[in-house]
Amino acid sequence: MSVLVYTENWDGKFKKLSFELVSYASGVAKMLGTDVTAVSIGKVEDTELKKLGNYGAKRILSVDNDKLITLDSQAYTSVISEIAQTENSRVIIISNNNTGKSIAPRLSVRLKAGVGSGVSKLPLNLIPFTVYKRTYSGNAYAHVVIKTDVKIITLAQNSFDVIDAPGNAVIEKVNVNIDGSLIKTVVKDVQKQSGKILLTDADIVVSGGRGMKSPDNWPALVELASLLGAATACSRPVSDEGWRSHDEHTGQTGKIIAPNLYIALGISGATQHLAGISSSKYIVAINTDKDAPIFEAAQYGIVGDAMKVLPKLVAAVKELKK
Amino acid sequence: MKILVCISNVPDTTTKIKFDEGNASIDTAGIQWVINPWDELSLTRALELKDDAANGVKSVTVVHVGPASAEPTIRKALAIGADDAIRVNAESSDSWFVAAQIAEVAKKEQFDIIMCGIESSDYNGSVVGGMISEFLGIPSVSAVSGIKIENGQPVITREIDGGKEIVTVPIPFVVVVQKGIAKEPRIAAMRGIMMARSKPVKLMEPAAVEPLTQIVVFEKPSPRAACKYIDADNAGQLIELLQNEAKVI
Ligand SMILES: Cc1cc2nc3c(=O)[nH]c(=O)nc-3n(C[C@H](O)[C@H](O)[C@H](O)COP(=O)(O)OP(=O)(O)OC[C@H]3O[C@@H](n4cnc5c(N)ncnc54)[C@H](O)[C@@H]3O)c2cc1C
Ligand SMILES: Nc1ncnc2c1ncn2[C@@H]1O[C@H](COP(=O)(O)O)[C@@H](O)[C@H]1O
Repeated sequence: MSVLVYTENWDGKFKKLSFELVSYASGVAKMLGTDVTAVSIGKVEDTELKKLGNYGAKRILSVDNDKLITLDSQAYTSVISEIAQTENSRVIIISNNNTGKSIAPRLSVRLKAGVGSGVSKLPLNLIPFTVYKRTYSGNAYAHVVIKTDVKIITLAQNSFDVIDAPGNAVIEKVNVNIDGSLIKTVVKDVQKQSGKILLTDADIVVSGGRGMKSPDNWPALVELASLLGAATACSRPVSDEGWRSHDEHTGQTGKIIAPNLYIALGISGATQHLAGISSSKYIVAINTDKDAPIFEAAQYGIVGDAMKVLPKLVAAVKELKK
Repeated sequence: MKILVCISNVPDTTTKIKFDEGNASIDTAGIQWVINPWDELSLTRALELKDDAANGVKSVTVVHVGPASAEPTIRKALAIGADDAIRVNAESSDSWFVAAQIAEVAKKEQFDIIMCGIESSDYNGSVVGGMISEFLGIPSVSAVSGIKIENGQPVITREIDGGKEIVTVPIPFVVVVQKGIAKEPRIAAMRGIMMARSKPVKLMEPAAVEPLTQIVVFEKPSPRAACKYIDADNAGQLIELLQNEAKVI
């Protein structure tokens, strides 16, 4: 009877996301008076696996099977559900990212376990088991009771602090038998961009809207971002106009992000835009219109022309770095 | 080939969300209901696939699980171009319930491609599509930003961390779509609106399924601290505040 957490690695390395998941799982396990077992799928060295122990995992089940190189939702579901059954897990924790979204719902049906998705706090209550979840694109939060014995929680990214809990985890290699004919997803091509800070991973995001006026004004924004180690983003009209690439668009119909700091330049703050960024810890608004709705969401604001403010910010960050 | 597009009926995205007394439900007074933005785009893509005869798409059906009050949204989908619609006559009590109902529909009618949105803008569950596929025991591909048909087989683009993957799966399958699936939602033309009136909406009674989850209460997001303003001429001061006060840089 443990809390099971599915951790994701990228080319054998864990990102903050996985440590966040394990930290969260530890919190849940503490509430339930049990331990955390982490599952890792893929080729991950023991030294890397051990790191999960620093966030409270007691056991780490490592599944390394060539058939699992491609994310196939059915194969992954089979592996995780078998482990969950063997372990008699009561709560299963998965990220609410793309991978999690493809596994959690299948697992729910396989195990007949209710799902609380996009959860951003520890359970509010154990009996009945109640989770806190984002609804209405961030305009409301719901307390959701999960009625089944086994519960699945998908954790909203960057919603829970990583908590160091140094400990020694036991690593166990788990052999799984995978019938190759069950794997239905065939990858024909992979197109990766490298060297860019991923928007969904970034701690700091610098974002521009239509108020940036023209793509010619972006170099200063990009410079500020690179000085801060930030990812760049934009509002929908900006990507629609082709000023910036589509994968930068944040909001209800774009990426939903929750960085520690979101700097919005020339963005009005329409509800559809806020739906993608309102979970950011700090929002900074820079806008010529003092009545722009973005200021209601922001903790720091500058009423002014983005093109005049940007060089000042760049200079200040350079000064700071000296 | 037959395509099923799952559509969710949601408050217009600019709606100010208010709750009923007791905060257990949403105050629906004055709400403008629309097709969930993702579903509008997946419907658009389904129709684009049908437009090209080479793809061999015979029909595009929309399905909705919800009460009669959702009829205008279903009619809108028909006006945009869906051939017919199915409404499962029940309150959509939770994701599990909805997915189980759609799976029942799919078992009866046999579709080759089932399309769902990555999330409904009301419940933000991101689970219905995946659940349907597991109920049916068929493949699912998530985070899908493109779908084509080549020689009768699907060519699907899915978003992965830092890039894209082009994959294929055997038919039938579920795709869970996101940004990129279609450029702009197709809008209903006058002719479409006229034709929609005579298109069939099949009514089905729900299968007996118990929901697994329940919303007990809603709350508003916790209010944020009021905005602190920095003079534009002294913009550099912002950086100092972010470092020393907010401690985020
Ligand atoms: C179904 C639906 C889904 C949508 N989804 C999204 C989404 O996911 N993401 C999204 O972003 N939008 C989305 N939108 C669009 C959204 O409603 C807004 O239209 C959009 O967010 C506005 O973008 P903006 O703030 O860049 O532009 P605008 O609204 O044009 O605002 C520009 C702002 O810049 C300010 N400004 C002007 N000049 C300057 C200057 N020199 N310096 C500083 N500030 C200046 C102006 O005061 C204004 O506030 C969606 C809309 C719909 C209907
Ligand atoms: N009541 C419903 N009827 C039909 N389809 C639905 C319903 N609710 C959700 N869906 C589909 O499932 C997708 C994801 O919804 P959700 O899991 O609630 O975020 C939506 O984009 C729709 O395609």
